[in-house]
Amino acid sequence: MTLAAANGGEPLIRWDWIGDHTGQLADLTAHHLKLALLPILFGLIVAIPLGLLCARWRWLYPPTLGVANVLYGLPSLALFMLCIPYFGIGSGGRADFTIIVPLTLFSLSVLVPNVVDGLRSVPDPVRQAATAMGFGTLRRLIQVELPIAVPVVIAGARVAAVSSISLVSVGTLIGNGGLGQLFVDGYSRDFTTPIIVSCVLIIVLALVSDGVLVAAQRLLTPWARRGTR
Amino acid sequence: MNLADQIRAAWTWLTASAHWSGGEGIPHRLLEHLGYSALALVIAALIALPLGALVGHTGRGGFAVVTVANFARAIPTLGLLLLVVTVTSIGLTPVIIPLIALATPPILVNTYEGVRGVDPDIKDAARGMGMTGTGILLKAEVPVAMPLILLGLRTAAIQVVATATIAAYAGIGGLGRYIVDGLARKDYPSVVGGSVLVVLLAVIVQLAFVGIRRAVVSRGLRN
Amino acid sequence: MIQFDGVTKRYADGTVAVDDLTLQIPTGQITVLVGPSGCGKTTTLRMINRLIEPTSGTITIDGEDVRAQDPARLRRGIGYVIQHAGLFPHRTIVDNIATVPYLLGWDKKKARTTALELMERVGLDTKMAKRYPYQLSGGQQQRVGVARALAADPPVMLMDEPFSAVDPIVRKSLQEEFIRLQSELRKTIAFVTHDIDEAIKLGHTVAVFKVGGVLAQHSTPDELLAEPADDFVREFLGGEKGLKRLRFNRDLDRQDEPGAERQDKPDVEAAER
Repeated sequence: MTLAAANGGEPLIRWDWIGDHTGQLADLTAHHLKLALLPILFGLIVAIPLGLLCARWRWLYPPTLGVANVLYGLPSLALFMLCIPYFGIGSGGRADFTIIVPLTLFSLSVLVPNVVDGLRSVPDPVRQAATAMGFGTLRRLIQVELPIAVPVVIAGARVAAVSSISLVSVGTLIGNGGLGQLFVDGYSRDFTTPIIVSCVLIIVLALVSDGVLVAAQRLLTPWARRGTR
Repeated sequence: MNLADQIRAAWTWLTASAHWSGGEGIPHRLLEHLGYSALALVIAALIALPLGALVGHTGRGGFAVVTVANFARAIPTLGLLLLVVTVTSIGLTPVIIPLIALATPPILVNTYEGVRGVDPDIKDAARGMGMTGTGILLKAEVPVAMPLILLGLRTAAIQVVATATIAAYAGIGGLGRYIVDGLARKDYPSVVGGSVLVVLLAVIVQLAFVGIRRAVVSRGLRN
Repeated sequence: MIQFDGVTKRYADGTVAVDDLTLQIPTGQITVLVGPSGCGKTTTLRMINRLIEPTSGTITIDGEDVRAQDPARLRRGIGYVIQHAGLFPHRTIVDNIATVPYLLGWDKKKARTTALELMERVGLDTKMAKRYPYQLSGGQQQRVGVARALAADPPVMLMDEPFSAVDPIVRKSLQEEFIRLQSELRKTIAFVTHDIDEAIKLGHTVAVFKVGGVLAQHSTPDELLAEPADDFVREFLGGEKGLKRLRFNRDLDRQDEPGAERQDKPDVEAAER
């Protein structure tokens, strides 16, 4: 490849730059995680009751799914923009919600359908048996159907977490993108090292978060058959 | 500026006749946007459909496929774009590469899971009737897996359409111009208007897939 | 005793699932509801614990109208076993069995002790207590299902094709243990099956249903085999050939068990002779 040559003889990566910037990289990584994972937490807090409502009153689901699908198709940058008037621009404090709120909405577009699918994955004999043993609707939803839905909900959380970690970096275009800040930094100076380093760190963060969620699932659902999902 | 003002401003922007003609007009930008999206989607499908079907059919390499797909999902699209622009130059390539990276994982994973998940009895019956590997794949597994495969294509298409806005950062067109240029000029009606267009496009893509599903998926498989 | 009085179930589309049913399910006995699919036997069963509500008529348990009771509380007092066990996949075997005791607010320790005792009672190794349902065979799951239904010691049990989903050999051993268990427990049991052999083998009395939810005959197995009430019942029993086979098997079953009569049955049959 002539990648290096196209860049005027500059190497793709300058290793010494990394050594000089460990402090900044650590700060950005921590902030990146906060911006990416709070939305997943908020998303779960909203999606679980919402999914339960949709499972209880089935007519609620088609419109909810419609809204979720529209949310999914929104360009993240556009949503960030829409939030600026409310939470401000910049990094840290209140302005972080300019990023967190849209990403929460994105996570909902994945989590709500997964909660509902998970609740629907409960085998009919199990639901019947619960009713016949004297579980009321609410108790059945919470004690039987929700725990059985956990694997599907976590599968959704995995997808949402990985894409959230990747999407935070778009926030750099409005000055708050965690590790994504380094994209624009490198781009404006025609300097590839920060771009590559932040890309790699973002990928590593995503894979580690994914691993943590897989471990959480193993812990939460010892009853699940191994090998299915 | 509150939400109502934003909507009003965007409406004024969208309905201004000046925005509907010429090289910077909405129809032209829309076609550019669709062009990049379609190109990336087609290339991704050409990679992911055969690979996913093959791996799902043979059952070999499934773990590798899912791992690579998860890895690819984690790649920040904007970072990849800016990296490719920095290393090569402004143009179509830096746009298409990240979009392909974005579109491939959902198609790949869904095709793989769909084909792999076909009821073993169906495969068994197909083999029992004398079908061979390719016959089983094309006449039994793929049609039965079609709902999942289409879901993968739909997910990919929507993400690509929403993300193709970044083409503007590679110095080329598409609806992203309204957003990126608007941002630079602090012309918020343009930003919101451009966003609305992208959202509409994503909704149209969704509806298109409802139609495709009607046409391609056997009625025996729609529930 | 469970008493059906003129019970009809008509669905909104006009189909009649159960038609003017009057039937007694005596205390301490197994009453088998048998018939072809669509004869309303499962609907009949499910009206007892109000999973389905009748269109008209009344159902009473020991004189109390089931509709006068809160459904959830009513169901906690009635054991229920279904074809695919319906075990909770996310709970261990012991917690599955203790489900109703937990619902009734029993002390956790007491509930678990009871569950362990029941495991032994239905022929399960208590080493399996901490396992999850997916780690058990179909026959074992079905035993757990029976133990779970028995956990709060309900006087009434409803069983809907509980042994239909397991292979014939396992089914036979489950049936035999069920007979043994019932001889100790003497529950009031309504048992649905489509298998006439099973009905003859398990029932103190057998209620044969026709399509459309009409009760064709309700009598002891011996009476049923001796005098089928009409052509439908005769046909359902397999015609002359089938009757011959069923009578022959019945004699064999009797010879298997010393004392001529099955232990759990003497009082019933004596009373009816």
